[in-house]
Amino acid sequence: MKRIAGILLASFGLASALLAANALTITGAGASFPYPMYSKWFDEYHKKDTNIEINYQSIGSGGGIKQVTEGTVDFGASDGPMNDDQLKAFQDKHGFAILHFPTVLGAVVPTYNIPGVTTDLNFTPEALSGIFLGKITKWNDPAIAGANKGVNLPGNDIVVVHRSDGSGTTYIWTDYLSKISDEWKSKVGKGASVNWPVGLGGKGNEGVAGLVKQTANGFGYVELIYAIQNKMPYGTVKNSSGAFIKADLAGVTAAAAGAAKSMPDDFRVSITDAPGKAAYPISSFTWLLIPAKFSDGPKRDAIKGFVKWMLADGQNYAEALSYAKLPKEVVAKEVKALDGIQ
Amino acid sequence: MSTSSTTLPSADPLVGSRSFLSRLREGDEIVRLITFLFAASVVLITLLLVFELWQGSVLARHKFGFAFFATRVWDPNAGEFGALPFIFGTLVTSIVALLIAVPLGIGAAIFLAELAPARVSDTLEFFIDLLAAVPSVIYGLLGFLFVVPLMRDYIQPRLKDSLGFLPFFKGPAYGIGFLTAGLVLAIMVIPYIISVSREVLLSVPRDQREAALALGSTRWESTWKVVVPFARAGIMGSIFLALARALGETMAVTMVIGNTPAISASLFSPGYSIAAVIANEFSEATGDLYPQALIELGLVLFLLTFILNGLARIMILATSQRGSGMGNA
Repeated sequence: MKRIAGILLASFGLASALLAANALTITGAGASFPYPMYSKWFDEYHKKDTNIEINYQSIGSGGGIKQVTEGTVDFGASDGPMNDDQLKAFQDKHGFAILHFPTVLGAVVPTYNIPGVTTDLNFTPEALSGIFLGKITKWNDPAIAGANKGVNLPGNDIVVVHRSDGSGTTYIWTDYLSKISDEWKSKVGKGASVNWPVGLGGKGNEGVAGLVKQTANGFGYVELIYAIQNKMPYGTVKNSSGAFIKADLAGVTAAAAGAAKSMPDDFRVSITDAPGKAAYPISSFTWLLIPAKFSDGPKRDAIKGFVKWMLADGQNYAEALSYAKLPKEVVAKEVKALDGIQ
Repeated sequence: MSTSSTTLPSADPLVGSRSFLSRLREGDEIVRLITFLFAASVVLITLLLVFELWQGSVLARHKFGFAFFATRVWDPNAGEFGALPFIFGTLVTSIVALLIAVPLGIGAAIFLAELAPARVSDTLEFFIDLLAAVPSVIYGLLGFLFVVPLMRDYIQPRLKDSLGFLPFFKGPAYGIGFLTAGLVLAIMVIPYIISVSREVLLSVPRDQREAALALGSTRWESTWKVVVPFARAGIMGSIFLALARALGETMAVTMVIGNTPAISASLFSPGYSIAAVIANEFSEATGDLYPQALIELGLVLFLLTFILNGLARIMILATSQRGSGMGNA
């Protein structure tokens, strides 16, 4: 018995030693919104190059920024770009910059549960900001009814639901509200968690969706992917060109294409309320955060290799998982920016 | 192992006279040292916890001072943080939970310990222990999927109709809020109260009951006037164990409380608790002040638990000195 155990142990030890000899483990942490996409990519890339293993922890964008700044992971990931203070904190600590690389796009949609209403509702920016500021409290308010002629909206109180956990989804939603409403911008602002003027808090997409589904006259916001996968009703939103757009992957990519022309060199761009006739206005990139300098050469080459693959072949996996692909212009710009990693 | 068996017969008076060296050789000193370290680690962990919370919240403590306890605003964008709505929510939900759980729990414990046949008692005890071991997220799901609709559609409208003149039962019935969170917490802590109280009641010596019965009291009189007072300290202990659990419960509360930092007399209103806001916001808290304010909330929760535990000790001491001979239960 002992002998068999000994042989087994020895062979395990040998096997793991052999594997460890060539394997290169890269660690990352951050946003949970793109996690299904990232885990698919890391899995596929590992199949392609078995020596490279990428471990990703979806602990949230804030955690990703924190950990990459502290240097406990090789790269971070975030649904909102790092702000100037955070960039400076990284620069001060390490002596070099951190770079943003957009990976895919997502969108946030308004969802509702009004008994008796089965058609898609149209929402103007004024209606969305009014509801979330607590100024529009009834479904038959002219601001809502005006964009939905022919729909029999009840005079019931709107039950507003928002995310209670800090999230990139909230960041995108409040970023949009800040752009279309000066009052929202000055009173509440944008962030992963904000001081909500009204509403109930649900934990996670499933918490918001659950509350909206359960509560008659409920109104909330969830990720597009979540709404599609769970067949939830969601409304169209009026974009900056005046067209009501129902969110889909094409509309999100259109928003990104509209922004691509004015893409800054550091890729830190918000594409909410983007220009373009077909653009869905509550869309956003999600980013990888990669330090500009690596002391470990093989690790640097592995990360660059992965990003290069992600920008080319990797993009083909996006739509199957309901993420919108990057526009071509952005991909070309990112390939150039990869040279910045040394 | 063999060393401990050789020391077994040493329950004789010679034990003190053996030299330190021989005790060391036989393992007594080593066992003493090791078990002492285990016991000391409890104190160490507590101190480390306080130290970490204290260190981790230095910026927030300096910026807000004692105003932190009295401020009602929680605005990460403006950098304004106050603990008051969270302290309020934590206390209110815990109090509601105890108001429901204590009578039910003690009643059930009395039945199991004094009235039920042993076989029934043991079978039920098995289920109670099972309930105590269910992860809190399961209770949260139960609360969200079952208790919330029940509250919204049946209980809250009826409370409003019958007791709506009270300030506690006003406002729209969302189904979530202080009352629902308190109810779910009550369901969660009842097994603790039953389980511990039952053990304590069972450990009351037989003579006590027999003496009461011999003096001509009925079964209920002997239970209520003799057995329960005898076990008072232990029952109090079970209540405070339940309170500690309710104060710190996170997952189940956040799923049913509504997560809105509001202070309202109405139990129908959505609220927030300290543990829930920390769990919700910490992972996405960026900057310097924001995470520190959350850590300071952790410190506040620790303080709250500490104060309530202190009060519990004092109450147990006070009641056990008042005649009932069982302080060690």
